[in-house]
Amino acid sequence: MKEIRWHGRGGQGAKTVSQILAQINLREGKHVQSFPEYGPERSGAPVRAYNRISGEEILIHSGVYRPDIVVVIDETLLEAENATEGLKPDGVLIVNTSRSAEEIREVTGFPGKIIALDATKIAQEAGTGFPNVPMLGAVAAVLGTDPKVAEEELRETLSHRLPPEVVEKNLVAFRAGYETAKGVYVGS
Amino acid sequence: MKKVMTGHKAVAEAMRQIEPDVVAVYPITPQSEIAEYYAQYVHDGLVRTELVPVESEHSAMSACVGAAAAGARVMTATASQGLALMVEVLYIAAGLRLPIVMALANRALSAPINIHCDHSDAYLARDCGAIQIFAESAQEAYDYMLMAQRVAEHKEVRLPVIVNLDGFTLTHSSQVVETLPDEEAKGFVGEYEPLYPLLDVDHPTTWGPFAMPDYYFELKRSQEAGMEAAPGVFLRVQEEYSRLCGRNYRGFFEAYRLEDAERVIVVMGSTAGTAKVVVDELRARGEKVGLLKVWLWRPFPREEITEALAGAKAVAVMDRALSHGNLGALYLDVAAGFSGREGPVLVNYIYGLGGRDIPAEHIAQVFAGLKEARPGERRFLGLRE
Repeated sequence: MKEIRWHGRGGQGAKTVSQILAQINLREGKHVQSFPEYGPERSGAPVRAYNRISGEEILIHSGVYRPDIVVVIDETLLEAENATEGLKPDGVLIVNTSRSAEEIREVTGFPGKIIALDATKIAQEAGTGFPNVPMLGAVAAVLGTDPKVAEEELRETLSHRLPPEVVEKNLVAFRAGYETAKGVYVGS
Repeated sequence: MKKVMTGHKAVAEAMRQIEPDVVAVYPITPQSEIAEYYAQYVHDGLVRTELVPVESEHSAMSACVGAAAAGARVMTATASQGLALMVEVLYIAAGLRLPIVMALANRALSAPINIHCDHSDAYLARDCGAIQIFAESAQEAYDYMLMAQRVAEHKEVRLPVIVNLDGFTLTHSSQVVETLPDEEAKGFVGEYEPLYPLLDVDHPTTWGPFAMPDYYFELKRSQEAGMEAAPGVFLRVQEEYSRLCGRNYRGFFEAYRLEDAERVIVVMGSTAGTAKVVVDELRARGEKVGLLKVWLWRPFPREEITEALAGAKAVAVMDRALSHGNLGALYLDVAAGFSGREGPVLVNYIYGLGGRDIPAEHIAQVFAGLKEARPGERRFLGLRE
């Protein structure tokens, strides 16, 4: 079983991509959970969301304390939230940042794999402005998800809420996040 | 079909398939989304339900009582303080033998104010005369909403049914839920045949009469006949539903690796899932531990639970609510079964109040704690002393 913790700020869509990640993995035949942590909800406040993904039925209903993957959508939370707390030393830290992985390692002291990608820039270039979708792509790459399956699910889900041209831009952003992370992850 | 959905979506889906005549509901965290989804279904024309957006939960249950007495199939949902406000009228719904089915998104009662899960709201309604069922997962919440309808409306039962699902842990967590095709769900639930509906003006009836000391006692005793019929009906409905859905709902409780278990946990709701993981881990190390997860809490299946636990050495009964000034209510339910007979050492654990998380390590502590247990001891799990 893989346990994932997302760090974002209210309005950045951490909860939404955590839910979509669950759907993608169900489409791949996995068992999944997705749940946010609820405190006072307000735009800009730190938000955590979680995933469990497993080949077997997931019975556990407690919080996640020892994640395999931590995803930081807003890098100010690296320190403000102690984002690497509990992250397994052989786990993966994925950060939306313009800094290098080495710089992130210095800041966090995390010994495991670090994937630094500029999801904000990717989202801007794709014309969506939301870094959560490229970060979703990065997680999918780390999990070894078939990008075609992921894109099918993403297209279907986003089509319920967004016009077709915006959906396509998000798919571009997703693929860019996926490819960037895959390059770094496989190469590291 | 299997989909990722939250517990409240699973409940709303069951309600959409049941398509009651009337839903009277007032939003409260963590139930609000059930009301929101259902309002959307009504707006989108997916159901022909009369949605009554009332001004309080007291009014919600009052509208439910009126509509049910009129002859309608009626549902609602609430949580915590909302249930507290409903309880006055919920006693009336049970006393009038009205088969109102409701989801209860379990949440702690104030004070202090808190939005997260415990079972104090369900415990508040313990003696109101409603049947109470607890779900472990969003899947079970969906399944029991459909089954509850059949139990409530059975002519020998005719009582309100509360389907409990843990607030946030189940309501706001997305999980894999397999729903029945609409026609199968509708076929299972069937058509509602009201008894003595008020709107049948050719056959006028009296509802809610005054009963003085000469009759009140007899009427309350006759109400208990519904509770007495409920277990048998519950089992028959479970059997039929299990065959339909392919999942195994057979019994008042789920016995998980219980046969030769020496140390056992008794628990209700989502914590049972986490406990199963711990049971498997300890079993792999050769420890004889097991779990009894209560599905049907009211009426309480005392004889069956007593038999299931009789072979154990020590049992931890876990209450997710504090019955101030006494041991937990579930503990006392279980202990009553061993009155006057030999049985395991019973210990009471109070846990998870106000949404305090219950990680697997805490469940493991309970099993370890059962190695040295004094009968009737009350312990607090996960509490900072």
